[in-house]
Amino acid sequence: MKNEIDKAFEITKKEKRPTLISFTVAGDNTSKKSFEILKSISNTIDIAEWGIAFNCPGADGPEIQNSSYRAIKNGITLDSTFSLIKKYKKLKNSKPLILMGYYQLIYNYGEKKFIKKCKNVGVAGLIVVDLPWPDNKSFAKLCKKNSICFVQLIAPTTTKKRMKLIVKDSHQLIYQVSNVNITGGKLKSTAKTILNNYKTIKSINPKKHVIIGFGITKDTIGNFKAANGLVVGSACCKVISNAIKKRQNPAKNLNIMLKDLKSKII
Amino acid sequence: MKLKRNIQLIDQHNNRGFYLDKFGGNFVAETAIKPIEDLSNLFEKLRKNKKFLKKRDKYFKYYLGGETPFFKLENLTKYLGGAEIWCKDVSAINGDAHKAYHATVNALICKESGKKFLAGDTGAGMFGKNLAMAAKEMKLKAKIFMGTKDISRQALNVSFMKKAGAEVVPVDTGSRTLVDAVSECMRFYVSNCQTTHLAVGSAIGANVFLKICAWSTSQISRELKSQVIKEFGKIPKLHLLNVVGGGSSAIGFWNEFIHYNKNHVKLTGIEAKYAAPLTTNAKIAILHGAAQYCLQDKNGQIADTHSISAGLDYPGVSPLHCMLKDTKRAKYTSCSDEEALNALKLIWKYENLRPSLEPAHAWAECIKIAPKLKKDEVIIVNNCGSGAKDAGIIKSKIGYYPK
Repeated sequence: MKNEIDKAFEITKKEKRPTLISFTVAGDNTSKKSFEILKSISNTIDIAEWGIAFNCPGADGPEIQNSSYRAIKNGITLDSTFSLIKKYKKLKNSKPLILMGYYQLIYNYGEKKFIKKCKNVGVAGLIVVDLPWPDNKSFAKLCKKNSICFVQLIAPTTTKKRMKLIVKDSHQLIYQVSNVNITGGKLKSTAKTILNNYKTIKSINPKKHVIIGFGITKDTIGNFKAANGLVVGSACCKVISNAIKKRQNPAKNLNIMLKDLKSKII
Repeated sequence: MKLKRNIQLIDQHNNRGFYLDKFGGNFVAETAIKPIEDLSNLFEKLRKNKKFLKKRDKYFKYYLGGETPFFKLENLTKYLGGAEIWCKDVSAINGDAHKAYHATVNALICKESGKKFLAGDTGAGMFGKNLAMAAKEMKLKAKIFMGTKDISRQALNVSFMKKAGAEVVPVDTGSRTLVDAVSECMRFYVSNCQTTHLAVGSAIGANVFLKICAWSTSQISRELKSQVIKEFGKIPKLHLLNVVGGGSSAIGFWNEFIHYNKNHVKLTGIEAKYAAPLTTNAKIAILHGAAQYCLQDKNGQIADTHSISAGLDYPGVSPLHCMLKDTKRAKYTSCSDEEALNALKLIWKYENLRPSLEPAHAWAECIKIAPKLKKDEVIIVNNCGSGAKDAGIIKSKIGYYPK
């Protein structure tokens, strides 16, 4: 199953750098604005992760929560998110798009209907924060059938035995949660520990792309050049929040920030 | 769909933690999987460990004050006519509410796990207060998460928590009530799961949390069953009325009576009118780690609720209650703020009893049904919380609060 995601990793591998993955929330702070943001950063990033706003998130820090609450307040829904993705995927410079969300909204929408819709609008991958392995087996299978990459998560607390089973059931992409934290928290582990965990995952199956997320900022990103990919989430949401507060253009500001981050991993 | 015979209510789940294959489960972030699995193993070991059970019983007896009273409300029975009305006065416990049981057990488990920090959520402040007390007693550090709306309406309990040495963390997101406090507390746990024990304030959350809670509050029905037999020489035709927010007191009040025929021991749960997922046939949602009936909007966002009672202001409900509803073992109804307040007025007039706003909902149902029942039927209401914490709110609504 080779899809857009593999191609993105092929390119960055050739360029000998990690894949840069941005995370923003669909509909933050409005549908239109979130689309503009995505469009603006697409020449800088390699993969776009888009969050589905949920009002009872179990693993998000204050920055992503703020973005989510703003998006909900301004009326974002799953259907409007799908329309935006469809529009985005028609852009020439669009990047592979991974949707991230909590299971409740998918469950409420209907698993099958959700995946079908994802496929139709061109979603390349899915991360469901609170649907851990092995409960996600049937959902992941359904994704695979529809050529969507279901991204398994591995945390520092994941045992080696469990890790092997998760890697075995994973598709081409695995998300390594860098440290025991919610999103946006300050890194509690050293870069060395995080990279050691990374190597452990890679050693189980070197073919899988492993991306590291949680706590990646301009101060920490330079330590993780060895990884296949890096996700920057809360730092992006913070730039958007600040831009809104200062009445500046979040799309422009975020692109500047991401360019700066990219320069640190080249 | 039927309950399995001879299996404890909390153990009726499948190997993935689902009741009736659809309620509950473990919808948690990967980071929390191992700590939750460790806790689950520890709990299953402890509940079979005689030494631990002895310790629990000792704490229940000497620290929480032992068996709570069970008595007949002679005046109210006479006034309403019909069924005999009895009260299981759980509010007489040291700690003023049933939350004392699972707060104490959680602190004991925390101690056994070797962790030094306890994190818990609270709505009305009863769980927070009891957790703060238990932490102090067992030399642990407690962090209590509470919505800012609840902090202002249950100020008495907040100052108690602080005096007991707990840190009260204000939660200012969303509706600023219990639902947001639970979310924030669970996020704190994900970040600190290696050092902190999570004490969930009701029979909600991922599988092990609701099990620990219901296992602890079941003390209520263990006592009640022997008290009933002592009074009546048998189990008469019973109506067990209990308010349901998350559902921790009702599960504890009913647990020992679950396997009686439903015409012999009727179980009725009373929800707050605008926080009533069971009464309003709400759809299933995944909230706080578990699948449950839950109020939500058409997009699947968790809905706002309203109740005068902070302890009931919650959009979801224990997966155990979802199971009791679907198997038709329990019936659920709801009661408005006004009905609960009117019930209090009547109770005060006829009895020397000061229920909190939460059990006032159950008393309202009692007042409604008692006259329609026969004299040989017995209503027992779980008076699960003491009213002192609500004196201010009640006074502002009806102008007075009795001594």
